[in-house]
Amino acid sequence: MTRLAIDPVTRVGGPLRIEVDVQGGVVADAWAAATMFRGLEGTLLGRDPRDAWLMAQRICGTCNGVHALASVRAVERALGIAIPGNARIVRNILAGSQLVTGHVTGFYRRQLPDWADLLAGAAADPAAASELARSISDSPSSSTPYFQGVRQRLAGLADSGQPGIFTPSAAPTAAYRLSPAASLVVAAHSLEALEWRRSMTRLQTFLGGKSPHPQTFVVGGMTLTPPWGGPVRASSGEHPRRPQSSAPVPLGERGLSVLTSLIAGARDFVDQVYLPDVLYLADVYRDQAKLGRGLGNLLAFGEFPEDDTDEPKLLLPRGRLMDGDLTSIEAVDQVGVAESVASTHDLEDAELRHPSEGRTNPCYQGPPAPVTTLEGAARYSWAKAPRYWDDPLETGAAARMAVAYAARGEPYSVVARILANLGLEPGALASTLGRVVAQAIEAKLVVDRLDGWLSELKSNLASGDLALADLSDWDPSTWPSEVEGWSLGESSGGAVGHWLRIRDRRIAAYQVVDGSTWNLSPRDGRGRRGALEEALVGTPVPDPASPIEVLRAVHSFDPCPACAVQ
Amino acid sequence: MDRPENGLYAALIQRGMTRRAFLRFGAAMAAALALPATFAPRITAAIERAPRLPVVWLRGQACGGDTEAFLAAAGPTVGELLLDLLSIEYHDALMTTSGEAATAARSSLSERFPDGYLAVVEGAIPTADDGMACTIGGRPFRDVVREVCDGAIATIAVGACAFDGGAPGASGGRTDAVGVTEAAPNARLISLPGCPMNVENLTATIAHYLTFNELPVTDSRHRPLFAYGDLVHNQCERRAHYEFGEFVLAWGDEGAQKSWCLYKMGCKGPEVFANCANVQYASATSWNVKAGHGCIGCTMPDFWDSMGPAHARLPSTLPFAPNITADQIGLGLVGGVAAVTAAHGAATFARELRNRVVGRRRAAAAIAGVAPAPVGGAVATLEPPEAASPGPVGPPSPESMPAEPVAATHEPAAIAEAMTTPEVEPVLETGPSALDEPRPNRRGADEPEQPESPR
Repeated sequence: MTRLAIDPVTRVGGPLRIEVDVQGGVVADAWAAATMFRGLEGTLLGRDPRDAWLMAQRICGTCNGVHALASVRAVERALGIAIPGNARIVRNILAGSQLVTGHVTGFYRRQLPDWADLLAGAAADPAAASELARSISDSPSSSTPYFQGVRQRLAGLADSGQPGIFTPSAAPTAAYRLSPAASLVVAAHSLEALEWRRSMTRLQTFLGGKSPHPQTFVVGGMTLTPPWGGPVRASSGEHPRRPQSSAPVPLGERGLSVLTSLIAGARDFVDQVYLPDVLYLADVYRDQAKLGRGLGNLLAFGEFPEDDTDEPKLLLPRGRLMDGDLTSIEAVDQVGVAESVASTHDLEDAELRHPSEGRTNPCYQGPPAPVTTLEGAARYSWAKAPRYWDDPLETGAAARMAVAYAARGEPYSVVARILANLGLEPGALASTLGRVVAQAIEAKLVVDRLDGWLSELKSNLASGDLALADLSDWDPSTWPSEVEGWSLGESSGGAVGHWLRIRDRRIAAYQVVDGSTWNLSPRDGRGRRGALEEALVGTPVPDPASPIEVLRAVHSFDPCPACAVQ
Repeated sequence: MDRPENGLYAALIQRGMTRRAFLRFGAAMAAALALPATFAPRITAAIERAPRLPVVWLRGQACGGDTEAFLAAAGPTVGELLLDLLSIEYHDALMTTSGEAATAARSSLSERFPDGYLAVVEGAIPTADDGMACTIGGRPFRDVVREVCDGAIATIAVGACAFDGGAPGASGGRTDAVGVTEAAPNARLISLPGCPMNVENLTATIAHYLTFNELPVTDSRHRPLFAYGDLVHNQCERRAHYEFGEFVLAWGDEGAQKSWCLYKMGCKGPEVFANCANVQYASATSWNVKAGHGCIGCTMPDFWDSMGPAHARLPSTLPFAPNITADQIGLGLVGGVAAVTAAHGAATFARELRNRVVGRRRAAAAIAGVAPAPVGGAVATLEPPEAASPGPVGPPSPESMPAEPVAATHEPAAIAEAMTTPEVEPVLETGPSALDEPRPNRRGADEPEQPESPR
């Protein structure tokens, strides 16, 4: 039995340590330790509930705006506020474009270096790369001179002696199955993804004022407004804005057309670059769908409300699949969620508590620095252990796509078609390879919906429905003295829940259970592993000096320790 | 002009950047740094010759937002930063290697780069519990920060958390989170507060360093004056409406639709030093005021506590003087806000009252004098602010400021093509009038005093 420790696990959203016991070349046991704690649930206490989203969203800048939305929804539920349809649509566009951005950058920035040696592209034949690129997609950037240019760039980087962050891992060459030409194609697309992401930042900045940490939410809706008279009518009689305000206002006529083109650019990239790359990679590494199967319990809170009712239809449905059974969807209710701090650096007991009763009493209880092993440490992570009616569950794109498949709703046909093309059964979604594929499928589903939302928004505005905020409960004097709220939603990383209590117009309690809290969960009071820990068990480690299969499994969740521990 | 084969210029030209675009970049950087346009050739020349600067980027109690802001850099683009201008030797969110190999890349910096490296710190540093609330590679982040920053040519603290502890250090925090000034007092520091920082300011700081071999002039809290030398309010596109008493009074009301002033909706712009209004975000796509939400003061010290509820209107009786600096007003403000709030009997804002208790030491320091008093001994330098980090240029003068958005001019041609929409177009929603004249970016001595805020 050999104990391996990987710390820091890079290419994730915060400090993370993974330890595995290897026996006979296979992981026999695993521990996931989030090694950073900030205490934002505590700093939220005592603040104005209308400000909570501002601080809550600082939980994560990578999962941009996710916790602002979750927080503002929880406060709105507590106060019984129904937001206008336009605000729901703008929030969907913000959250949807963030989810797509999260999956694309998750793949090129965080996952791909485990599957491909990008610098190997420096030795590729550009003509072969061009031929390959044209065979898998109709992307316009696929000529031989284009790949020649990228190859030169990679070669320059490799020859400079300062490859920096691109310094390859020590994994044996055999671990990477892509040909040099394929490596060049995906390396070129990684660079394209960097530039593409800037256009997504523009979209987020347009609707959010800045990115990360959009600043246009407000309890009751959004602060964005169409220009006076609606998006198409010119206004008069006001003092002119300064020359610097000449960029289009977000919901003005030109602003909406900018949004249209940014969304079209997002869809083109997913269709022509991201999805084809993932499908190509999945074909090459198909056997890795057998690895990292994990708990088989999948949880989706669902996301993207499509109407303004109390129980709206969701684009990505809500539900729970247990023990690998994709035929019956179990219901999900916020009352089923509970957290244990049995393995957390915390002074509370191991009891499972619903988040509304949750407590955070931080105190480091691991081994002293420098930490060389977590062996023997009962409390070893800053993350809590969420459970649903006592069960550990996996969340994220794989869970959402599995639930969508099982629900036979609108997304079913897209999921089924792509899985069939790859020759994967739906049970393979929650696997090392399957999660990567699920993220791409989901990005496709959501990016195709963005334009529809924007069209709804345009037609609402054109018909004179200009409301973006309901302010009937803005004044705290109208609030009850004590009230509780919660929200269930999704980020690219998994199911997000916020729970809070408002007493005397102040925040009296706040608990966050993020998708990454579920996935990076340490052991609970009964000693059962969390989703990632369970997925690592059985993963082969042929070379303990370079546990690339372990890293692939970790990154397949695209985990975010900053979200997991607030 | 001497153009070495292996410099950044060669790399950029090889990638299809035109000479013209490269010169525009130099001009844009000069504008961002509030330097006279005559400096542009010097910047261009320096960047041409620059070797790739080794950078180590540390993340502690961070949300990753500053990394995301960095990765959206537009001028130069993130691709140019990552591949051509900088050589990022360690960044836990970006590097391929993990575990011991990653740690080795960081601990071998001094041997590998005898000419030095630049450190960037993102996130707060916990000091409670021996710093165990954040460990990297099994070691407290606190120790890693001190080790890396002490060995660096210079350290850039990006974001509010690395500035002074930010959200983890706000009242209610349990980890005694601090900023880099406290965690690494020996570091040669530039702070770029903001939540997140504006990446244009990071790029400009690096360009300044490459050009003059000096860090830009800062105030006593290490904030470069080119970025934190003027009030948001003075640069705001909605300032005219403030002067005319035209205010948004409720979200989405007529004033909001007419883009009126957000002061009465809690905008902190009149008290906040930052260049958001000028530079904006994502290639001048927008900023929060354009999107209809007031400033929350995220560049200011202890902003989670000192700037009060985001939607509560500022007490507005503070005196405003031309050319006031963050140093002169920064600390006085905290005490001032608390005192005025109390004087107005705004007891319903219990939080502010609580802040007064929490911020006792700040208020005490403020009362002690208007001089740039370091808070709680957090500031390492003992020199007066102007001498703290001498540089070749002082604060901006009105003539040297850009007359149009910075980002509009320095989009490299190749990228500009890729952009789907024009950056700046003439405004269509409103017609010209006698008031529609270029506004000064900074109030000069020859301008009349701005009127008291209309109440």
